[in-house]
Amino acid sequence: MKRLFILHILTLLPLIGSASVLEQQRLAQAIATAKTAQAKGFAIARMADYRDNGWKDSEAKMKMILKNRHGRTSTRYLRVRSMEVPGDGDKGLSIFDRPRDVKGTAVLTWSHSLKPDHQWMYLPALRRVKRISSRNKSGPFMGSEFSYEDIASQELDKYRYRYLRSQRYNGKDCYVIVRYPAYRYSGYKRMITWMDKRHFNPQKVVYYDRKNSRLKTLTFKKYKSYLVNGKNFWRPGAMFMQNHQTGKSTLLKYKFYRFNRRFTKRNFDKSTLKRLR
Amino acid sequence: MIERYGQLMIKWRYLVIFACLVLVGLTTLGFPLRFDTDYRVFFSDNNPQLLAFDELEKTYTQNDNVMLVLAPKSGQVFSNETLEAVEWLTNEAWQIPFSIRVDSITNFQYTRAEEDDLIVEDLIMEAKTLSEADLTKAKAIALKEPMLIHKLISPKAHVTAVNVTIQLLGKNPDKEIPEIATFVRNLADKLRAKYPNIEIYLTGMTMMNNSFPEAVKKDMTSLIPMMYLVIILMIWLLLGSLSATFSTIIVISCSILGAMGIAGLLGIALSGPSAAAPTMIMTLAVADSIHFLVTLRHEMRVNGLEKYAAIIESLRINILPIFLTSVTTAIGFLSMNFSDVPPFHDLGNIVAMGVIIAFILSVTVLPALIAILPFKPKPETTNTVHAMDRLGEFVVKRRKPLMWTMAGTIILLISFIPRNELNDEFVKYFDETFEFRRATDFVTENLTGIYDIHYSLESGESGGISNPAFLAKVEEFAQWYRQQPEVVHVNSITDTFKRLNKNMHGDDPSYYRLPEQRNLAAQYLLLYEMSLPYGLDINNQINIDKSATRFAVTLQNISTNQMLAVDERAQKWLKDNAPESMQVYGASSAMMFANIGSRNIKNMLLGAVIALILISLILIIALRSVKYGLISLIPNLVPTAMAFGVWGFFVGQIGLGLSVVAGLTIGIVVDDTIHYLTKYLRARREKGLDSTEAVRYAFRSVGLALWITSIVLIAGFLVLSQSHFYMNESMGMMTAVTIALALAADFLFLPTLLMKLEKQ
Repeated sequence: MKRLFILHILTLLPLIGSASVLEQQRLAQAIATAKTAQAKGFAIARMADYRDNGWKDSEAKMKMILKNRHGRTSTRYLRVRSMEVPGDGDKGLSIFDRPRDVKGTAVLTWSHSLKPDHQWMYLPALRRVKRISSRNKSGPFMGSEFSYEDIASQELDKYRYRYLRSQRYNGKDCYVIVRYPAYRYSGYKRMITWMDKRHFNPQKVVYYDRKNSRLKTLTFKKYKSYLVNGKNFWRPGAMFMQNHQTGKSTLLKYKFYRFNRRFTKRNFDKSTLKRLR
Repeated sequence: MIERYGQLMIKWRYLVIFACLVLVGLTTLGFPLRFDTDYRVFFSDNNPQLLAFDELEKTYTQNDNVMLVLAPKSGQVFSNETLEAVEWLTNEAWQIPFSIRVDSITNFQYTRAEEDDLIVEDLIMEAKTLSEADLTKAKAIALKEPMLIHKLISPKAHVTAVNVTIQLLGKNPDKEIPEIATFVRNLADKLRAKYPNIEIYLTGMTMMNNSFPEAVKKDMTSLIPMMYLVIILMIWLLLGSLSATFSTIIVISCSILGAMGIAGLLGIALSGPSAAAPTMIMTLAVADSIHFLVTLRHEMRVNGLEKYAAIIESLRINILPIFLTSVTTAIGFLSMNFSDVPPFHDLGNIVAMGVIIAFILSVTVLPALIAILPFKPKPETTNTVHAMDRLGEFVVKRRKPLMWTMAGTIILLISFIPRNELNDEFVKYFDETFEFRRATDFVTENLTGIYDIHYSLESGESGGISNPAFLAKVEEFAQWYRQQPEVVHVNSITDTFKRLNKNMHGDDPSYYRLPEQRNLAAQYLLLYEMSLPYGLDINNQINIDKSATRFAVTLQNISTNQMLAVDERAQKWLKDNAPESMQVYGASSAMMFANIGSRNIKNMLLGAVIALILISLILIIALRSVKYGLISLIPNLVPTAMAFGVWGFFVGQIGLGLSVVAGLTIGIVVDDTIHYLTKYLRARREKGLDSTEAVRYAFRSVGLALWITSIVLIAGFLVLSQSHFYMNESMGMMTAVTIALALAADFLFLPTLLMKLEKQ
């Protein structure tokens, strides 16, 4: 899957390159002068999108801790690789390390904004690659409280936007915006996002289900910046999803972020799946 | 002293009435009372079956549901119109408040293979556009799918259901449940308007929960007016006085208001059983008034006293017996606090408060009102008194055969007690006037069962559900369960594994079996999970650790005893065939109700014994005799035992409602004994009569009063037996029968026994 981590966007860039400075000034101007809440929401999303542009590829280790209403936990480990695809959703690859039963299982996803994603899975026990044909992006990711939709790359045209207010959250000045999924088979009616004004990193997202009841809350922790090709990109060290309806929760922890992996399309195609280790 | 008290009541009559009305008025601050809208209130916090079920729900998902059942008039679910309706309803059902999952034949996640692709999609999409061939194909798939058949689609494909899983936030269930019910009913109306050729029925645990407050309201609005009517009629017939009728109505109304108001102040919520409280309070309160008024009339027209003097005399004669009978009745009801079922604590406490309030009002407001209002009794008609004399004569003359006949009857009736079988089919708590009951009956006849048992089968290791040995055992268990005659449907994760294995091998039917390697099974599961849409995941079947799976069995409409027997056989099977980790108890709401009867009876027996001991002590003190106190045990115990025998003969099924009857009736039937024995003893001690003469005296002096109060009590509890809520219906019927038998025992058995024991 794509960059599992990011939800949207990110990053402060260290104002180099006058083109990017100019573009950023233009986007900041658009936020400041937006006449409607919709325009302002969109401008904020665009800025966030812009800030997170250009990281090309990345790799990280992920630990997933599931917890049920009893407080019983269960842990999984995976590696996640992502590649930026200009003009479309990103490509992502997740390789399972633990539990042992699914070790070596790999999921390749080419995500798209408004069309069903392309997804393949390699089953080492069957030694075969299977394409999953499903319009669903909203199902649970490995039995967790995250759906695939939550961790896939957040393309601009996946949503309609509306600016709500500015608010301090966790000691940071934030924009609060609502996003409405444009994808027909989304599991959500809307999401409210708190995004800090300095780096445009999402701090918190509250998800509302299709009947507009509060479903779950995602919080981002331990953001760190990574310098990639002269630009700073921010990635969270942990993402915590609490389901309010079922009382279950999932914590994703990321470690060992690496960029400039020199991945190419060939690292993200069906035939590589079998050869992964 | 009591004379002085009576004079005060008359002197300060306006003040007494005013003060009582103010006090009763204050209690109304407790209104309105909350309604309990969860069947779980019937289970105490430490009920083992509730704990087991809670555990299951915490590990998987909540089990509350709304089931919308569609029955097309054409009898054909697989038509464009019906499927379009199912599709529409499935979509709309996501809007039901607190819904977390919607399952139907249209959104069933049908998986199939196409070369190396695994295709996961709704079984039916765009129903309007399907061709005849598509419909036939979809029908064949649905009828072959073990997850659907007998659960969401009938084998004849004439009825289908949309099942909605509900997860309440639990903050405000008495608001949340009615909100859901209202929404669902509106949805059903929309469907009826849109698709007039389709019948829709609403059932499920949430709809049942919503029926509890409806039962309370139904009882309140139908039984209470009926009870008023009965009381007005009865007092009018007995006393023929408008003032007496009016005063009695004031006393009983204030008793109800006061008791319910205090209940509200104490935070007691109304549930099915506590809805019986007003009717019971009325019945018991009216007996106090009758004792006072009958004596009053007697003093005025027989002894020629004027009204004030008669009031004082009636108070003097009645205050102690009324006090004693009120206390014993209250003790009987308080014994319900031993019950394992919290709503019965509430019922017992509310009625006990009502009885005590009724006593207080009967010796304050009632004499004060009579002192104010005109009261002129009609001249006496002596037929009834003569009838009592004749009855006394008959008992004395035929005492020997009577005693043996009665003893024989008692033993015969008691021998029918073992015919009673415990049964708490919660669906049948609601009679056919409830929409929920009619819908549920329809569903059980046409589609599936409403009673189920769940097992959380443990593999004993993390990720162990993919272990082929474990899966094979689960499959064996499923096979075994499917052969049981009481079983309608078995939901087992193994069916999903088999289907996936087939899909992964190009839909080759020979691969419709369990995967043989552990990692293969785990990887199938991962793949499958990734492809499911929001809300249709398998977290409701697999725990987070993937170490255990929920195995669900749906049963036919069977008695709870049969259900326990099925579970027992399953336990035995698991013990004989499965590893220890799989040997788990079945849990479900139905299992909770299946166990509650016996649990509650055990607790209530203790409560009844304690009530009996306390009441006997009171009797021994009141009668100033250990011997008579012990003799009184017989007429106090025998009626309850006989009543259960009568029940065993005619009905044979005992539920939760009846498990509390013994406790509550002891407090009531003892009243007759108190009245009879006091009069008998007065004749023996003060008048020095022998036992036969004392029996005649007792009949003459209290026979009529006992007859009247018993009739009133029987009538009152018969009104309760008109309840649409089975617990109250059976409680009312059984109590009425017990009171009738108690009267028979006091009239026909106790005197013969006294004469036999004291014949010098």
